[in-house]
Amino acid sequence: MALTNESNEERPMRALFIDRIWPTLKVVISTIGSIAVTMLGLLFITFIIGRVMPIDPVLAIVGERASQAQYDEVYQQLGLDRPVIVQFLFYIWDVLHLDFGISVLNARPVSEDIARVFPATLELATIGIIIGIVTGVPLGVLAAVNKGTWIDQIARLVALIGYSMPIFWLGLIGLLVFYGILGWVGGPGRVGIFYVDVVPSVTGLILVDALLDGNWDVFKSAFSHIVLPASLLGYYSLAYISRMTRSFMLEQLSAEYVTTARVKGMSEWNVVWKHAFKNIRVQLITVIALSYAGLLEGSVLTEIIFSWPGIGSYITTALLSADMNAVLGGTVVVGLIFILLNVLSDMLYKIFDPRAK
Amino acid sequence: MSNTQTLREWLLTETPTSRRHAKISAFYHGWLTLRSNTMAMIGLGILVLMLFVAAAAPLLAPHDPFTQDLGNRLAPLWSDGHVFGTDSLGRDILSRLIYGTRITLYIVTLVTLIAPVAGLLVGTVSGYVGGWTDTVLMRITDIFLAFPRLVLALAFVAALGAGIENAVIAISLTAWPPYARIARAETLTIRSSDYISAIKLQGAGPIRIITKHIWPLCISSLIVRVTLDMAGIILTAAGLGFLGLGAQPPSPEWGAMISEGRRFILDHWWVATVPGLAIFTVSLAFNLLGDGLRDVLDPKAGD
Amino acid sequence: MNVFNRLLTSVAIGAAVSMSSMAAYAETPANMLVIANRIDDIITIDPAESFEFAGSDVSRNVYQRLVYLDPMDLEAGYKPALAESWEVSEDGKTITFIMREGITFESGNPVRAEDAAFSLQRAVILNKTPSFILGQFGFTPENAAEMIKADGNKLTITTDKKYATSFILNCLTATIGAIVDKETVMANEVDGDMGNTWLKTNTAGSGPYKLDSWKPNDSVTMSLNPNYTGDKPAMERVIVRHVTESASQRLLLERGDIDIARNLNPEDIAGVTAAGGVKVEDELKGHLMYLALNGKHPVLSKPEVRQAFKYLVDYEGMQNSFLNGQYTTHQNFLPATYLGASTEKPFSLNIEKAKELLAEAGVEGLEIEAGVREAQERIEIAQSMQNTLAQVGIKLNITVGTAKQILGRYRARELDMYVGIWGPDYPDPQTNAGTFAYNPDNSDEANATGLLAWRTGWEVSPGMNAAVEAAVTEGDRDTRIQMYQDIQKEFRDTSPFIVMFQRIEQSAMRENVMNFSTGQAVTNAAYWPVTK
Repeated sequence: MALTNESNEERPMRALFIDRIWPTLKVVISTIGSIAVTMLGLLFITFIIGRVMPIDPVLAIVGERASQAQYDEVYQQLGLDRPVIVQFLFYIWDVLHLDFGISVLNARPVSEDIARVFPATLELATIGIIIGIVTGVPLGVLAAVNKGTWIDQIARLVALIGYSMPIFWLGLIGLLVFYGILGWVGGPGRVGIFYVDVVPSVTGLILVDALLDGNWDVFKSAFSHIVLPASLLGYYSLAYISRMTRSFMLEQLSAEYVTTARVKGMSEWNVVWKHAFKNIRVQLITVIALSYAGLLEGSVLTEIIFSWPGIGSYITTALLSADMNAVLGGTVVVGLIFILLNVLSDMLYKIFDPRAK
Repeated sequence: MSNTQTLREWLLTETPTSRRHAKISAFYHGWLTLRSNTMAMIGLGILVLMLFVAAAAPLLAPHDPFTQDLGNRLAPLWSDGHVFGTDSLGRDILSRLIYGTRITLYIVTLVTLIAPVAGLLVGTVSGYVGGWTDTVLMRITDIFLAFPRLVLALAFVAALGAGIENAVIAISLTAWPPYARIARAETLTIRSSDYISAIKLQGAGPIRIITKHIWPLCISSLIVRVTLDMAGIILTAAGLGFLGLGAQPPSPEWGAMISEGRRFILDHWWVATVPGLAIFTVSLAFNLLGDGLRDVLDPKAGD
Repeated sequence: MNVFNRLLTSVAIGAAVSMSSMAAYAETPANMLVIANRIDDIITIDPAESFEFAGSDVSRNVYQRLVYLDPMDLEAGYKPALAESWEVSEDGKTITFIMREGITFESGNPVRAEDAAFSLQRAVILNKTPSFILGQFGFTPENAAEMIKADGNKLTITTDKKYATSFILNCLTATIGAIVDKETVMANEVDGDMGNTWLKTNTAGSGPYKLDSWKPNDSVTMSLNPNYTGDKPAMERVIVRHVTESASQRLLLERGDIDIARNLNPEDIAGVTAAGGVKVEDELKGHLMYLALNGKHPVLSKPEVRQAFKYLVDYEGMQNSFLNGQYTTHQNFLPATYLGASTEKPFSLNIEKAKELLAEAGVEGLEIEAGVREAQERIEIAQSMQNTLAQVGIKLNITVGTAKQILGRYRARELDMYVGIWGPDYPDPQTNAGTFAYNPDNSDEANATGLLAWRTGWEVSPGMNAAVEAAVTEGDRDTRIQMYQDIQKEFRDTSPFIVMFQRIEQSAMRENVMNFSTGQAVTNAAYWPVTK
């Protein structure tokens, strides 16, 4: 009895492993492998870029008035006299230890700087993607359901305009109109200037920190500052999300089970939301993940327009002032997140979407 | 009968008389579908107009785009002789806008020549040869795809030095991977088809197969993708110009014009707004056309 | 589908309402000074290393020096600060400072002669970029301990030869003259760096303020130094926020979110003045906008060509258009208000004259490259030059790059023409004479990248080199003035430098802000006298 019992239990276990867990595990393992290889490539490219930059990192440190002796000293300090391949190996070793070196511009560890600026971008992109989802998904569904009608056309136009607008220009105009003329929103920066450093930084996300601290003034100020840039970014993800939602929905709505449901007399609302929409959720999540990654890096120009102290403006300023460690560090971090989101959404898709197998 | 057949009937025939006839007929059918798409036609119209403006720039521009007049700077819209006013150095904005179309076209053309061709090459070779070549090429493609594009373009321009050619190279370097993926996917489906096996039996070598038989079949999906990407390319180029990393002064590149004009955004808003609208119009036109083309050439992706 | 439409509409309206409810006009707190400025140039705030404008602003308010420039009375020149008085020895080579008693650092430690000696020695020994200011007196890392000595409450400094006392004291008003708290700094020493790493981001001074935080490219926050012994400043907290765009600064100012905007362009100055509630204060600064023609270029090195270029600048046109109110025509290497500065302006735009000169030199079909850094006004100056040069058949190609790129090529003597700005390092004529008009060895091997004359490849005449060396040691004020006048005359006639404009800083501020000074041509911003 005991024996048969055991083997009876064992079989479904093994079956479960072979059928369900093992494929998932395989996906996870190959995913980790591909992340590693891609990261190595990314490091290689950033390193090459850093090496061929015509901007002189030594000059960035010593400044205009330096004498040649002062120049040479810093040149050696930076290890620029070592062979390139040695520098690259050192570089990989350091990155593996999350050490991006010292920013040549402000003498602080780059990792510290990134930890400081990254939450700003994260906050902006997160609010942006929320706006994009809240508006883009319904718009896409709306367009799909009304395919071919004027509603569809307008939805299409709204999306295409989003794809076509130079964001730095829209940002300028938006700032002019909503802050300068109407005064509806806060100006450049994350928070009113005299609210800077008022609440203790716990998460680095000002909105969250203000709530934790119970400081409503800071929260209101931060909110009024983030509304405009986040809406701009939101508009961009709206364009993408709504188009993709539309095309996923159309695919579902033309499926047989929808026709069957309709014939059975199910209400249109239920057909659309309970059936069709339910089936596109996984696809949608991958789209949103990609869109989110896009926002994290796409905020560069937005951050510049809105003096937003995030990673986009950090990289740009560093680039313009030849702060090589900061540029490379910033790019690696953005790249890593980008890769992770890409790969994770891919993995998610492979695991949960039966058709992808 | 064939004597009385009109051109239209010939084009719409159900029974083509030759391979060329069939191709032309298919093309015409596509054109008819596209023509029924108002928005795509608007896009096409704008682009044709832009081509015309670029070609006839010296005839159309009321002033020399480089002539300065410090005494008449920042003239408002509709002022005497300057429909769109003048910029910070007193140059006519309309004329600069008109000459700017040439730069935009130049960028678009160069990127179109570089990125899709590079992508096509990598993708078809990867797909056709398979094995290790495929793995390595696709891994490289993935690395580039995984890269944040604008940041990469920024870094490349910083490395290569500011300038319009370098901006084009930087954009192309970041734009080719999607084309490679598309081309590879197409190649994989075509490679195993009977048609290719038949050609192989006739003794055709891989280079001949790739260039003569696979490339032509990849073109249509690439065209759609390129048209849709055009807007993104224009925006990236303008973004680089805006950051001062694109075209160099006194070149009337639109992104650089916005960058110059943004200092006056509060009192002389048109200086930055007019080139912004120009960028918007052209990239919208590309998007409208691309969207329409997708419906025609690649119905799966659209709906 | 009406449900969706209604939903979207209500979301939109809700968002608009909630936003407009926050539109209240803001006002900064009464005891806080909020400034918008470009502070992305700050690399370090260690006074022995700091050499940038925004960094010097911090240093001036955090550290005291032996002598200082009173922001309310800059014309008076240096006044006693941490040093109560000083005496010069008979041979003129030794100055003995008597330290003031009862002054403390922010740590509570007393300010002693020992701290002063340590600070100056430290600046020399660290040998960072600005150390040349002290190096001029013959101080080297090797002899610093000997030449700078503390004895009780006396500080003695001995120079290698006799210099004008005013020259030495003027140099000590610069950022590098800051006196730091020896005990605190040495307590934070790492690997024998004399506290350099720590002081890059921290302060240990005796000034009115102490640094709370410096976030690169974001903000500098200062608050009152609790142990400051002078009068308590009205502004208890000072925030300098990095805002790049002029338009953004103006909006912030107009909406009352900031008290002072320091980087408004001429158009925004005009706009903000019209808006009301805001005033604009002009201060003549020491920065000179100049063109440098490469002396190694076969054509540009000809004397007639140099002269011709000086007639090809549309001084008036630029001053009255895009530089309006922020630059004034100035054609000498000493900024106006400096000792011995000449105000002669012999050049104006004269195409015909330039054509004659170029014909004399036999110039035809010249094509040159100008390097310009990414700053809108400089790009416009370059474009204006492009325009006037085209009228005499010279083609000018502009290369715009980041500051570091262009500067790197200038230092490597690769550019045909460079559009630059030079700011004096300390309020003495030697600061500019020693770089514009002095170049003892023009060979590539000399690598004197610190000298502008060397960078542009100008073989300065032995006479002028000697004159510059003589002027800095001259003790008699009037003779010294005359010497500089003569050097400037020769410089105007022969140099490859075309000095065009001197900068006027326009600070726009709320009407209630009083006594704000950016330090004119001689020093940096002071926050402690400000009231609102």
